[in-house]
Amino acid sequence: MTGLFTAVFSGFLLAAVAPWVHRLAPRRSGWILASLPLALTAYFVLHIGPIAEGAAFRAGFSWIPFLGIRLSFLLDGLSLLFCLLITGIGTLVVVYSGGYLKGHPELGRFHAYLLMFMASMLGVVLSDNAIALFVFWELTSLSSFFLIGFDHERAAARAAALQALLVTGLGGLALMAGLLLMGRIYGSLELSRMMAEGSGPLQSNPLFLPILILVLAGAFTKSAQFPFHIWLPNAMEAPAPVSAYLHAATMVKAGVYLVARVNPLFAGSPFWFWMLVGAGGVTMLLGACLAMVETDLKRILAYSTVSALGTLTLLLGLDTIRATEAALAFLLVHGLYKGALFLTAGAVDHGAGSRNVAELGGLRRAMPITALAAGLAALSMAGIPPFFGFVGKETIYQAVLGSSAARGLVTSAALLANLLFVAIGLIVGIRPFIGALKETPQHPHEAPVDLWIGPLLLGAIGLAAGLVPGAVGHDFVLRAASVVMDRTTETHFSLWHGWNTAVALSLVTFAAGLTVFAARHPLSRGFARVSGALAPVGPARGYFRILDGTIGMARGVTRVFQSGYLNRYLLFVLFTTVGLAGYTLFFRARLSWPEEVLHVRFYEAGLVAVMLVAALTAIRSRARLVTVIALGVVGYGVSLLFLFFGAPDLAMTQILVETLTVILFVLIFYRLPQVIVLSRSAGMRLLDASIALACGGLMTALVLTAVRVQWRPSIASYFSEHSLSLAKGHNIVNVILVDFRGFDTLGEITVLSAAGIGVYGLLKLRSGRGEAP
Amino acid sequence: MKSLLVMPIVLPLAAAALCYLAWPWRRVQRLVGLLGAIGLFAAGWALLAVVWTKGIQSVQIGGWPAPYGITLVADLLSALMVALTGSMGLAVMVFSLFSMDPGRESHGYYPLFHILLMGVSGAFLTGDIFNLYVWFEVLLIASFVLMSLGGERAQIEGGLKYVTLNLVSSALFLAAVGILYGEAGTLNMADLAVTLRGSGQTGLVDTLAMLFLVAFGIKAAIFPLFFWLPASYHTPPPAVSAIFAGLLTKVGVYALIRVFTMLFVGDTGYTHAWILWAAGLTMVVGILGAVVQEDVRRLLSFNIVSHIGYMIMGLGLFSPLGLAGSITYIVHHIIVITNLFLISGLILRLRGSYRLAGLGGLYAARPLLAFLFMIPALSLAGIPPLSGFFPKLALVKAGLEGGQYWLVAAALAVGLLTLYSVIKIWNEAFWKADPGTREGPLHEQTDAGTSGAPANRPLWGWFAPIGVLALVTVAIGLAAEPVFEVAARAAEQLLHPEGYIQAVLGGGT
Repeated sequence: MTGLFTAVFSGFLLAAVAPWVHRLAPRRSGWILASLPLALTAYFVLHIGPIAEGAAFRAGFSWIPFLGIRLSFLLDGLSLLFCLLITGIGTLVVVYSGGYLKGHPELGRFHAYLLMFMASMLGVVLSDNAIALFVFWELTSLSSFFLIGFDHERAAARAAALQALLVTGLGGLALMAGLLLMGRIYGSLELSRMMAEGSGPLQSNPLFLPILILVLAGAFTKSAQFPFHIWLPNAMEAPAPVSAYLHAATMVKAGVYLVARVNPLFAGSPFWFWMLVGAGGVTMLLGACLAMVETDLKRILAYSTVSALGTLTLLLGLDTIRATEAALAFLLVHGLYKGALFLTAGAVDHGAGSRNVAELGGLRRAMPITALAAGLAALSMAGIPPFFGFVGKETIYQAVLGSSAARGLVTSAALLANLLFVAIGLIVGIRPFIGALKETPQHPHEAPVDLWIGPLLLGAIGLAAGLVPGAVGHDFVLRAASVVMDRTTETHFSLWHGWNTAVALSLVTFAAGLTVFAARHPLSRGFARVSGALAPVGPARGYFRILDGTIGMARGVTRVFQSGYLNRYLLFVLFTTVGLAGYTLFFRARLSWPEEVLHVRFYEAGLVAVMLVAALTAIRSRARLVTVIALGVVGYGVSLLFLFFGAPDLAMTQILVETLTVILFVLIFYRLPQVIVLSRSAGMRLLDASIALACGGLMTALVLTAVRVQWRPSIASYFSEHSLSLAKGHNIVNVILVDFRGFDTLGEITVLSAAGIGVYGLLKLRSGRGEAP
Repeated sequence: MKSLLVMPIVLPLAAAALCYLAWPWRRVQRLVGLLGAIGLFAAGWALLAVVWTKGIQSVQIGGWPAPYGITLVADLLSALMVALTGSMGLAVMVFSLFSMDPGRESHGYYPLFHILLMGVSGAFLTGDIFNLYVWFEVLLIASFVLMSLGGERAQIEGGLKYVTLNLVSSALFLAAVGILYGEAGTLNMADLAVTLRGSGQTGLVDTLAMLFLVAFGIKAAIFPLFFWLPASYHTPPPAVSAIFAGLLTKVGVYALIRVFTMLFVGDTGYTHAWILWAAGLTMVVGILGAVVQEDVRRLLSFNIVSHIGYMIMGLGLFSPLGLAGSITYIVHHIIVITNLFLISGLILRLRGSYRLAGLGGLYAARPLLAFLFMIPALSLAGIPPLSGFFPKLALVKAGLEGGQYWLVAAALAVGLLTLYSVIKIWNEAFWKADPGTREGPLHEQTDAGTSGAPANRPLWGWFAPIGVLALVTVAIGLAAEPVFEVAARAAEQLLHPEGYIQAVLGGGT
């Protein structure tokens, strides 16, 4: 079963070469590249029959077994429905893009992103492995980013692309954590394996609620549920075909798909019900109301898409067979009409040069085919019989009337949203084309065939599906619904159910919808006032508040830690050292005070006193020479201590080193300017002194504690025994340096040579400041 | 086989020595530099192949038996790190041949580069804790000189902070080694592992562990010890900061992994809890630094800091999956961050600036560069299926299994902010229109680390290493399984050091 692999990966391959295909045939690249989605549509159409019979197709191979990631694909009723939407609309959109962006210098790259999106989206709906699904999920976000920012020289497009990426990215990360936790509970990341185990293990787990929230965070951000919906209207910065394809028909439905796919595992939980119904209901109403406020064709459509996504979420939350069927039917309805409306909006923009509904009117004469396509889609959106939209709306009403809880509330909400949809459909799909011709920035002209064929076909399918709802209903919707509900369903879709409450509601919807359309101007002003008043606390502002807040905090934190002052860096480092080691020593190791410490001979005490005085002098002195000499005294003192404790060879080495150091210091300092005393406050000096004392104290305490500890005999005895016999040397220190541990010496010699080059280079090479002195 | 183990140290040393001998002849130095890098590359991968097929390798330098002499050991982690050192060394060497200015070339760039590689390889291969100190000194001095070579003001200032803070690290390291030697009477790490297991004195060992944590933590640039890195990495020429970015902090991370899996494992509930804290805070504070930067290389520098947090997260979790995640993360990060710094050099060459405000228009003008930038950039942000995603997935999974939910949340949030930070570069340098305030072609202006860079050398030489590294990034994302297989076995060796101890002390020559 390599067909499914081919179906997913052919898109990626074509995306990789799309810019070159475009370069070879810049005028026909849309038509040429559309052949792949067309072929894929045919491929999936061939599966309709077997899947309607109840078959499912699988393909898979072990990708990263170490992490339990398989690349496993499953084509069942639910994925088939989505696959056909993705490839079918994809075909039309690719063709459309070639015409819409004709002559654009970056069209080749645009095609690549679009095809990459199509392949990723197919991956999302076909993946059976949770992590594979997530991989494709992120790829859809990424392609969406590139497409929203397509008009990248405009700051608004860049900001919108970033916003979409951050919001969906945030949800994506939550989703990943949720899926991993699910994988832990079930011991497998395969979704079908989880389904086989049932919802029991998940719902009885103490982490059930966090997992539910994490998974829904992923779904809600992707499917633009309140309050994450804010990115979707801004995503209208993308060219029209992108809005039609990604941000109406397919990608934004990925969250809905996810909810539908994992429904059998979560369903039955009241949290699941209320989260979906609550968020879905709010989103549905909010989106519809905000759509009324807008005047830009695409932004109106965007908010109505938000509303439609809310409807889908709400319906899935109801978790009855009828509601699920309604959701899937509406998904199809919405994909068809919204895709078409976005494409005609693009065509209008292309033909008349404006997308402002107030500036548009009477375009039917200049753009008859576009007008026809838009009209078909608008009527389906308004839910007029015999369009498929009518069937969808009827099913929705039946579903909400059958809700198990809050029936009145849910039904009223659905009614309200639907009547607004009638008005919105008229505003975007009918109004621009009827009435008197208005003055537009551009003399209106009909779009070329690439631009009208897509929306016209989508509109026509919307009509045809309404005429034979049974076929569509049986082959797609029921099969998909049975996957979501995890049991077979057998209901009927028809245009006419006889007189019932749903029909009555439909009639109310039309009447009220027409009224709203007539009263759209005052209504829009009213909504605008309310939304304006709420804006300061709204999520759109909230996004920037969080973003700016994060940046502000980041600025503050960075100023504290990366201040640019070396002394502060040192302070942090030393404080950490003293804190960590001191705390550990004090609280976890027993501090001990070896009795030998008290047996101090008088000349030892005297020597130490001299060293202390010298050290203090070094600190206090402002003359370099005095400091160096004082440090030298400390060094010679240490050498003497070595001598007292029976290590003459060590003492000799130390004296030589100290002498050399002092001489070198003096030679160099002679050439340097006076010490600059930084006027630092007494408080800072106190802090420095205390940290210095603490460091010294820590080392003293550590050494005193460690001095009596000897876990086992030292290897030192080996050196004294074998120095002469094996290494033929009398001076043990020498033998260690050049033989036993000669490798260390090799390294140290290298250090010296590198330092030598460093000094030479620093003196000789002064780039940017002219010639060397 | 024994000679193979010393090759990663001897080859760069020989290359450096030959470069010294060829001091007046810049072309000979370039040739020797390249050949040396090819040699180290080959030796590193050969070593990895041998360790993979035949197990842990060891050699006693000078024939003095362990634990009296110095032992070189290559377990899978060491061999893997050496192989990566060789690979980055070669990539950056090729880049250097096209990008380094003749002034630095004739003032010791090539020998210093190889001394740096020698120090890094030595640190990865040594089985002796004091010898590790020596290699730290080697790479510290080599990197300090490389950083300040050229004597530009910013370089000197950055170099001063770099060397001062790193000397504090050396002092602490030395003090800790001294005390450890006083108690355990040995410097051989395998021998120390045996001794510490039998010591039974957790408090004192914990204290020493803290000293090592701080000393190596400075090298690895963890919170709150990382200051030297963002203070200095944006100052030297791009090739230099690229090799630093790829390798230097990783030596610190490697040292942390080594001592906190071999030596300080008696009280992991205490010691490794600190590592987890450091991991989380490093990630968060580092990325907060990155998102506010307005200069490509400074932004990338803070990203290095932040992602060190991921690398020690797995160490703190101390589980097979966590360690495997850390190791794969190191592999991924070395390749990706080196490449991003190389790309920053190419941006400088094309536009004459690192400042985001002065950049723009690269997406339209340079599609290939835009594509090549996006691969490592998105990989850094952990976007699937690139190389950064799967290690992060492994770490998150390990974190969830360990019940470290807050740390996992931090790791995920940092991923999002990383994405924000690289998109910031993308939006400003690539997508934004060219602001037209070009600071002039490269050879006319004196921005840090650019003066005198040869603008006449062909661009393909700059693109080639970038393209190859991007290809590797894609490949180890799509085919992550082999990397995980190596990392899992390496983690296994770390968590069960008996094999290492056996290879060093028991019959290992």
